[in-house]
Amino acid sequence: MAERAQPWGDHVAAVFIWTAAAVVTSVFVWMLADIVWNGAGQISWEFLTAPTDDAGRAGGIGPILVSTAMILGVCMAVSVPLGVGTAVLLSEFTGTNVTFGRLVRRSLDVLAGVPSIVFGLFGNAFFCHVLGLGFSILAGGLTLACMVLPILIRSTEAGLRAVPNEYRMGAAALGISRTSALWHVLLPAAAPGIVVGLVLGVGRAIAETAALLFTSGYVDRMPGSLFDSGRSLSIHIYDLSMNVAGGSANAYASALVLVALLVPINAGISWVADRWLHRRLVR
Amino acid sequence: MMNTRHWMALAIVAVLVAAMVVACSRGDSENRLVVTGSSTVAPLVSVIAKRYEAKHPGVRIDVQMGGSSRGLADARRGLADIGMMSRGLKAGENDVEAVAIARDGICLIVHKDNPVEGLTDEQLVAIYKGEIANWKDVGGADAPITVVNKAEGRSTLELFVAHFDLENPQIKAHVVVGDNEQGIQTVAGNPNSIGYVSIGTAEYDATHGVAIKLLAVGGVTPSVENVKLGKFPLSRPLNLVTAGETTPLADDFIAFARSQAVHDLVEKQYFVPIAP
Amino acid sequence: MSPSHRDRALGWVLRATAALVAAIVVLIVAFLVVESAGVLRKLGPLRFLTDPSWHPTSGSFDLTAMLLGSLLVTVGAVVLATPAGVASALFCRYYAPAPLAKLYGRMIEVLAGIPSVIYGMWGLMVLVPLIGKWQPPGPSLLAAVLILTLMILPTIALFSDAALAKVPDRYVRGAAALGLTRWATLRGVVLPAARSGLFTGVLLGMGRAIGETMAVLMVCGNVVQTPGSLFDPIRPLTANIALEMGYALGDHRSALFVSGLVLMGMVVVLVGTAELVSRGRLHG
Repeated sequence: MAERAQPWGDHVAAVFIWTAAAVVTSVFVWMLADIVWNGAGQISWEFLTAPTDDAGRAGGIGPILVSTAMILGVCMAVSVPLGVGTAVLLSEFTGTNVTFGRLVRRSLDVLAGVPSIVFGLFGNAFFCHVLGLGFSILAGGLTLACMVLPILIRSTEAGLRAVPNEYRMGAAALGISRTSALWHVLLPAAAPGIVVGLVLGVGRAIAETAALLFTSGYVDRMPGSLFDSGRSLSIHIYDLSMNVAGGSANAYASALVLVALLVPINAGISWVADRWLHRRLVR
Repeated sequence: MMNTRHWMALAIVAVLVAAMVVACSRGDSENRLVVTGSSTVAPLVSVIAKRYEAKHPGVRIDVQMGGSSRGLADARRGLADIGMMSRGLKAGENDVEAVAIARDGICLIVHKDNPVEGLTDEQLVAIYKGEIANWKDVGGADAPITVVNKAEGRSTLELFVAHFDLENPQIKAHVVVGDNEQGIQTVAGNPNSIGYVSIGTAEYDATHGVAIKLLAVGGVTPSVENVKLGKFPLSRPLNLVTAGETTPLADDFIAFARSQAVHDLVEKQYFVPIAP
Repeated sequence: MSPSHRDRALGWVLRATAALVAAIVVLIVAFLVVESAGVLRKLGPLRFLTDPSWHPTSGSFDLTAMLLGSLLVTVGAVVLATPAGVASALFCRYYAPAPLAKLYGRMIEVLAGIPSVIYGMWGLMVLVPLIGKWQPPGPSLLAAVLILTLMILPTIALFSDAALAKVPDRYVRGAAALGLTRWATLRGVVLPAARSGLFTGVLLGMGRAIGETMAVLMVCGNVVQTPGSLFDPIRPLTANIALEMGYALGDHRSALFVSGLVLMGMVVVLVGTAELVSRGRLHG
């Protein structure tokens, strides 16, 4: 009896699964095609470099790209040393104090789940008000740094764990101090993990909007310094599509630029992770 | 190898020190003005600021929007040098000084293709209360009305509800928006919607090809002309506010924003210049 | 300085770094608490549930409509995204021919990295007008649910895929040896074996849905109300913060931090549950 029912169930399941995949694919293609179709026409060197005009309806996204790069720069300059340091501690030094390591790990788990708008609230209260940074690229970058730390730490740690133990023992046998072993052996060997984390972090940071709304602000002009407010690409897209009547053409074009920045990042990560980490592991 | 330690320690210390230095050093620059507040005033101040910057090289004026209440609060707390407000000062607000730079009105907008040309006050109130829910009841097509309201705390909303003797909780909205432009964008994107925004912003957008139409309120056509003549019922001053000591730059900029030299800019934004 | 000194110094520097990183969470919670303390002390937490409406400038602070909004949007998205996400993972592992599976997997990865603002923009420009033509006004609970479904689907699919990958091959071979069909194998052997991994993915997707701001803000209409149907506009907690934080002052601002605290609480519970599930202490 069951045997007769099964082929029928098999058919239904197969149809459902193929349909689901087809629907997901077509929505994805629809969305991407929509962005490319509506955005590609505006893209030019002029658009990428010119200052915005008429609230973004006219002109380009030159200052927006510069602000985005500066926010990313601040974010990475702060999060990479902190992240790598923490990852090294967690994977190489926790033997000394297990409770502390567990505590750090717990807090990272929570940090990874904090909604971006809550980061925005925190950044606004702490960086903008308490530290007096106001709406600035610095405040935005620091807020994002808090946000990407868990990603960075997780993949650096994975990179370090992938380094064979013989490396550590070999270094110890040679009488090299842990500091130099770390600097000359472990970190270079874990480089792929760090790179993957870095790229993932950049990807997350560049995609972020909500955390920047109330930290780096809206100003769409060329920033003069880190203390100026600067509008990131994602906020520009939000503003153009939501707040500016007649801004949709440039919203699409900006979205296309953002996707064009992100897709290679995302597609590249898994490739790097597969190839590089694997080769290190088997060598 | 000594580097490792130094490098990491330095990085951390640098971050902390940078944060502190920044915290202390902000506001030192004498050639920088931060102006925040009303989204109605912001586009006007932006173009005035551009002209001012062109005349005074080295000066940088950053304009950010966020609503009149934020303009007032930022000026009070010193987060901004100048606040922008699209309403007059209220009773408890005489700790700040307000200077009007233009006048504006609030008008009702619908989609360009909507056949309705005007509404009586009663019809409007009924629409916003949800008592009239279809355009055919006010002479339009047979389509449900999408009511667009402003977010709580916006001065355009305060003026609107005060004028029509409404309470905000009575309003049955379908979409809630923040900025003027967001309201216009929403109405332009939905043929059956109605919203209210600054006349200046609406007229600027309508003449720049955005699919909206300005409705008459109480029989008076919303236009800069009627605001100027004092005929339009829903009008308000656009103010720049400062709190306490002001910098010479701020004073000079406010004087410039009131002067004849920017009247053409005020008119181009469809506002009414203040007589000098 | 001798090597051992250097090592010890490095250890301390690293510990300081890690402490700083761990302190961020504490700092975030501390700031949320401090900033919301004003209004909590003044009005008490109950007012946020019993006030008649959300009109913070007139002293009315009801969060229930927005809590319900967040909940409905999240539940809707999880209900739709879970079958689609798990089906995507099954498709990759057991149904699609190898090249297609690889392509599809890459696509899901790309989908996972697309910023929420782009989902929101697409929703606003394409989906909302479509819904508006069918059942006005357009910006609605349904639009928010659909956009969120798209957004959390990759999360659920990637976690499901990882969970399926961990199911030992011999289970599948054993089932095949027993003459079970593909679906019987999946339903009877593979899916139960991957259960906790699948559940973790769903929980994390849920966390993402509840915390998502931009995409939802752009398509939900932002009216504070209890929706009567799928086509009514709503406002979830996250959108409320994004919408009003720009100009909120005093008690109003405080109240927004209260909603931030509530969000944080919900996410901590979800992450904690996911953690327990993935470590096998709880069974989904």
